[in-house]
Amino acid sequence: MAFANPLITAYAVEATEFPDLARRYHVSGVPKTVVNETIEILGGLPQDLFVEQALQPPA
Amino acid sequence: MSLLSPADQDKLRTAFDEMTSPVRVLFFTQTLDCETCLQARQILDELPPLSDKITIEEVNFVLDKEKAAQYGIDRVPALALAGAESDSRIRFLGAPSGYEFISLVQAVLLVGGRSTSLTPENLARVASVDKPMTMKVFTTPT
Repeated sequence: MAFANPLITAYAVEATEFPDLARRYHVSGVPKTVVNETIEILGGLPQDLFVEQALQPPA
Repeated sequence: MSLLSPADQDKLRTAFDEMTSPVRVLFFTQTLDCETCLQARQILDELPPLSDKITIEEVNFVLDKEKAAQYGIDRVPALALAGAESDSRIRFLGAPSGYEFISLVQAVLLVGGRSTSLTPENLARVASVDKPMTMKVFTTPT
């Protein structure tokens, strides 16, 4: 997604190396995706669902 | 001695052969106080022998703060993937070990010219994003 749109930056974060980040985002299971600090996607989803959830408007 | 088996090296070589563009892997690191920087360096060193399109550019996080800021890097070890001129906006924070190595290979292939795995519908949805967006995917090295 990051490659497809210049406004999107994607980070793959190794949680055990950066426990402060894992704490900040309350990561207890992986994979966990956090979009714009607010949207959380737990686990791996099929592409359509993942994109839909990632692009939903903020709550 | 390589971390990868000869069979894996061959598979990767074949996959990388299909790339049409160069890929620069910017590797942000520091000499002291970074236990996994060495591990990251060893993993990254596996790549250039497998393709002449892949280069690793080491950036000293302590000495080259400007470049780190340019790529939005605030901790090490970290990777940013770029084409010849362009930033792919794909980052890896932490040593790319275990399954993350596979993710790294797939990202390199994408930046190197492989077609996206996004469906046309999803590409259109992604194209409609009109504000900066970050996506952080947390994984563990299993």
